[in-house]
Amino acid sequence: MLEVKDIDVYYGAIHALKKLSIKVEQGSIVTLIGANGAGKTTTLKTISGLLRPRSGAIYFKGNEITKVPPEKIVGLGISQVPEGRRVFASMSVLENLEMGAYLRKKKSEINSDMENVFTRFPRLKERSRQMAGTLSGGEQQMLAIGRALMARPELLLMDEPSMGLAPLLVKEIFEIIKDINSRGTTILLVEQNANMALSIADYAYVIETGEIVLQGNAKELMHSEDVKNAYLGG
Amino acid sequence: MLELTQQIVNGLSLGAIYALIALGYTMVYGIIKLINFAHGDIMMVGAFVGYFSLTLFGTNIIIAMLAAMLTCAVFGVLIEKIAYRPLRNSTRIAALITAIGVSLFLEYVTIFLIGPSQKVFPDSAFPVKAYDIAGLSILNKDLFVFISAVVLMLILQYIIKWTKTGKAMRAVSLDQEAAVLMGISVDKTISITFAIGSALAAAAGVMVGVYYNTVNPLMGIIPGLKAFVAAVLGGIGIIPGAMVGGFVMGLLETMVSGYGNSLYRDAVAFGVLILILLIKPSGIFGKDTGEKV
Repeated sequence: MLEVKDIDVYYGAIHALKKLSIKVEQGSIVTLIGANGAGKTTTLKTISGLLRPRSGAIYFKGNEITKVPPEKIVGLGISQVPEGRRVFASMSVLENLEMGAYLRKKKSEINSDMENVFTRFPRLKERSRQMAGTLSGGEQQMLAIGRALMARPELLLMDEPSMGLAPLLVKEIFEIIKDINSRGTTILLVEQNANMALSIADYAYVIETGEIVLQGNAKELMHSEDVKNAYLGG
Repeated sequence: MLELTQQIVNGLSLGAIYALIALGYTMVYGIIKLINFAHGDIMMVGAFVGYFSLTLFGTNIIIAMLAAMLTCAVFGVLIEKIAYRPLRNSTRIAALITAIGVSLFLEYVTIFLIGPSQKVFPDSAFPVKAYDIAGLSILNKDLFVFISAVVLMLILQYIIKWTKTGKAMRAVSLDQEAAVLMGISVDKTISITFAIGSALAAAAGVMVGVYYNTVNPLMGIIPGLKAFVAAVLGGIGIIPGAMVGGFVMGLLETMVSGYGNSLYRDAVAFGVLILILLIKPSGIFGKDTGEKV
């Protein structure tokens, strides 16, 4: 469904991604794990079009999207839940969700999707008139996920959804990710919490200083000695 | 007491004009963090479009105002595209200096085309009448300015609060990157902001014409600066702040002229700027945003 092929991305003189390639099969959960600063967020930003690769190409459902402007990529079916949630703080929960559906026209479909988000996250419904900035971290993460779902994505990019959340909430968020996937949305998940990510993923890539150093079936990687030593705390 | 009420009535229409101009400053600042110093000159262009619409085409004042708003909306979009967009990723001071350049450009091209002398707004376009209400003398031109400004502000509030475009404008001003991820075109949203801000300034320009009876190519400078003070006073980037700031500046100016010496009214206006920057730089409605870690 998504193929990233040999991309090189720079921040000024810094070579952030080096000939990076990954593939995401339709219907799967693929995770990209690695330490802080390895290039995980850069990879997602490049797929979303916020950064441009200097070389290499990105294909989505067989079409090249490397040069498509970022605001058009959402329309193709790729949504992102950005790192740090990035909800619109002084807009209401409802308005945040409406922004997620910005490119969609059919009011009835938008309303039914809004209902689905509220069924999935009842707490958002209770707070629908509240400013997003007043929500707790976990609620903001739910809002960020709900907002991305409002675009009806085929591929959902998630950037560290567990960051800064209490362990119980982390578990809840991962359950939600599994559930979203079981309803047909393909997921590319970036995580520092390698243990959790590998436990729900089908396939995994390990990234180190802008390069893929290891990849394979997620369950196998979980038991690989290299990964255990480097990312799973021995 | 009666005299004070009379001064307040006089101040409200001037304040409404400042508020309209301040809104454009604050909206543009909110979305691209630029103090658009050419904004007062957009107001001047609007005043001249209104003037020519009245004198050359003999339209009524409402049509003149609409024509000015439409023309300046286009102007605003063009100025942003040509002068500011290429500098979007450069330093803020570069954009600020460019804004001053655009301001001078508009002033002196107007002088070149029309001449430096002031033109009298035709009396026939707006025959002035005074109403006597409970001992207060209220001019129909004050009523016209105040009512049309309030109507425009209500329309603006509606757009920003309830329409998809308005919500997109707020989203872009809060977090550009997140807005792009929603599929919002930042360029388009910035263009719309300039169009709306410039249209409001143009309306204010026609009102200034009605209010002071004259228009000239440098008429945008002082009201522009005072509206900038109003925007800072209310909290730059905050829309209700610009409205309140505008009315405060208008009332203050008429009070100073009425009870003190009208020669001091500009000094007081800019004194307010100095005071607010010393005491509460984020303005009346601004939150003091310390760096969050």
